Amino acid sequence: MTVNENSTHQIDASCRVPLLVLFGGAALWLVAGSLLALAASLTFHMPDKFGDCPWGTYGRLQPAADDALLYGFCIPAGLGVLLWIFARLGRTRLRGALVTVVAAHLWHLGVLVGMVGVFVGDSIGFAWLEFPRGGSALLFFAYLLLGLWALMNFSGRKDRGMFPSHWFLIAALFLFPWIYSTANILLVGWPVRGVVQAIIAWWFGNNLVFLWTSLAGVGAAFYFLPKFSGRPLHSYYYALFAFWTLLIFGSLRGVPVGAPVPAWLPTLSAMNSLFLIVPVMAIAVIGWKTVRGGAAAECKGGPFCMIKFGFVAFILSALLLVAVSCPQLGRLTQFTWFGAAQTQLQLYGFFAITMFGAIYYILPRAVGIEFAFPKLIRVQHWCAMLGIVIFVVSLVIGGVEQGLKLQDPNVAFADSTKAMLPFLRASTTGLLFMLLANLLFALNIFVMILAWKLSVAKTVFAFVISPLTKSEVKA
Amino acid sequence: MKNGFVIFLAAFAVLVMSWAAFVLGPQLQLGCAKQVPVLNSTEVYPLNRPGEAAQGLQVYRANGCAACHTEQVQQDGVACEVVLSSAGKNPAAVSNLLSTLKLNGLTEGEAQAVADKITAVGGKVETHIVATGADIARGWGLRHSVAEDFLFDDPVQLGSVRIGPDLADVGRRLPNASLLLPHLYAPKSVMKDSAMPPFRYLFEVKKIGASPSPDALNLPKEFAPAAGYEVVPKPEAKHLAAYLLSLHADVPLYDAPFTPSAPSKP
Repeated sequence: MTVNENSTHQIDASCRVPLLVLFGGAALWLVAGSLLALAASLTFHMPDKFGDCPWGTYGRLQPAADDALLYGFCIPAGLGVLLWIFARLGRTRLRGALVTVVAAHLWHLGVLVGMVGVFVGDSIGFAWLEFPRGGSALLFFAYLLLGLWALMNFSGRKDRGMFPSHWFLIAALFLFPWIYSTANILLVGWPVRGVVQAIIAWWFGNNLVFLWTSLAGVGAAFYFLPKFSGRPLHSYYYALFAFWTLLIFGSLRGVPVGAPVPAWLPTLSAMNSLFLIVPVMAIAVIGWKTVRGGAAAECKGGPFCMIKFGFVAFILSALLLVAVSCPQLGRLTQFTWFGAAQTQLQLYGFFAITMFGAIYYILPRAVGIEFAFPKLIRVQHWCAMLGIVIFVVSLVIGGVEQGLKLQDPNVAFADSTKAMLPFLRASTTGLLFMLLANLLFALNIFVMILAWKLSVAKTVFAFVISPLTKSEVKA
Repeated sequence: MKNGFVIFLAAFAVLVMSWAAFVLGPQLQLGCAKQVPVLNSTEVYPLNRPGEAAQGLQVYRANGCAACHTEQVQQDGVACEVVLSSAGKNPAAVSNLLSTLKLNGLTEGEAQAVADKITAVGGKVETHIVATGADIARGWGLRHSVAEDFLFDDPVQLGSVRIGPDLADVGRRLPNASLLLPHLYAPKSVMKDSAMPPFRYLFEVKKIGASPSPDALNLPKEFAPAAGYEVVPKPEAKHLAAYLLSLHADVPLYDAPFTPSAPSKP
């Protein structure tokens, strides 16, 4: 073993192939998801055009779009970033890359199988759990494989330190198999009776869409923010406090107000939503104190900008949850577009944009090739920001408006849908910007993958044409 | 927290807590739920959906109807209203009295007081319990949805957003497949400003044979197919309509009481 074995360069290079597979597939799903979301939202502008084929109906397009974003992009991107952060923090090369490559392929195959299932009408019928059993089994085993490998790499790390990022990422790693197996066993394998199904689906949805993304995204931000601003995370104990409170309050919620279930469930959920203010404030203080006045704090539309934006989006998204925990506001916004706005802010505004930043930082280092269109990174960031801001602002305002109309029995229901149309037009515009951003992101990723494949081919070709002698390799 | 194992234990403990609260708890409380008696009646509720309706639930699931429709009627509370059942021997006095009294939106005590006043002048009254709230006022249901309504459904399709109206009680609002099927085929033929996409793929447009099909839809001119053709629902559409018809949450229960207007209705 040489001294150079665990140099930063070597560590980055050891993650190359798994990351290319995870991020490449994720970029593909990201584009597919935003195309589907756009198609779904066109239903509101020309409903008559969507009546002739089953797979073009809103009830299949919209869940498929959501799943493509969450399962197709967010989770594999999060896992890739996690693998790389573990390797970097532990100062250890990623071992067993082949297993992670296989697992990453299995994951993307699982998403594909699940998506096809949704389109042919095999959906399970619960939000965020649409994938039929074939798809969900593949996802589960792929995640298990990736997770186990990540943990093995973690336990074999050279630098024995534990950093705040580690806590958040490890908790996220554990969370998914636990909730995914519970939900699939109790909803598909041996279905429970009656509304218990709905309760479990809500519990799962919250734990995945809110808690998993929060843990993984904040964990990544706690790695990158200190790195970019050149200051240590402020501080260990704040982070410890934020971790615990986020885990406790974030996991004990999910049942909406007014659901036809025993009243203690929505009450407990609302109470813990309110308490989310505690971890959110702690995380906001950590971010603020870490970044403020940092020496290298210059972002220029690059990764640092994205992670800062994602961080702010997380705070806002969680604050929306806190706000609707108040009963009056909760009743007003339930059953409106408000929920979709919050979910999109969490998944895209916070998580996806944080992942964009992380991936833009990681990939050139791991692959050893610069992005082909570095200027587009900035354009991409602006499109993504603009898109999510338009989408969320229009649907939050529209949701409140819709809620006011729904609460007033003198307003005809059709008026509440009609009143939404201008807001839906705005949100469709937001989706267009996000689609553009996603296309630019995918373009840079795919060109990089192509360049890498080309360089591998060249190396192989050179090796075949004129193999090096052993003495030359040693030197 | 210097050790990965500690984090594992910590996260595990929190997840067990969350799991116990949101999976185990509800399962213990509701997992063995049985049919419940209907108030003031010998019947039990709910009955299993008929076979066609149960198949229709699967059509509802497959097409993601719950992406736009909820099945959760909300209610603010209950109020009493006093209903005159007989004017008695002195109708003039009773009607004079009635014109001065507030008869609905009362608390139990107020209702009792009003009832006493009317009985004092010889009228006979009944006190009815009615649910209150925006959804009830819209006619979306007679009471709020409760866990019992979904006892035999798999999957339970509560929905989360009202892009379309609530369907928990649609079988009572539109009690006939001939009202529902044209709405599925061409929503605008029934409701002019409906925002619902049509579900033409659940129907077949075919040439009229020797005699018109008894199932053929009766559509207004602008939505009807070309002359000599008819629109016939596929089995999926019929099942879906049967499911929608089976959605009527209209009996009073212990946790959702109200006085039904037609006392004999189950």
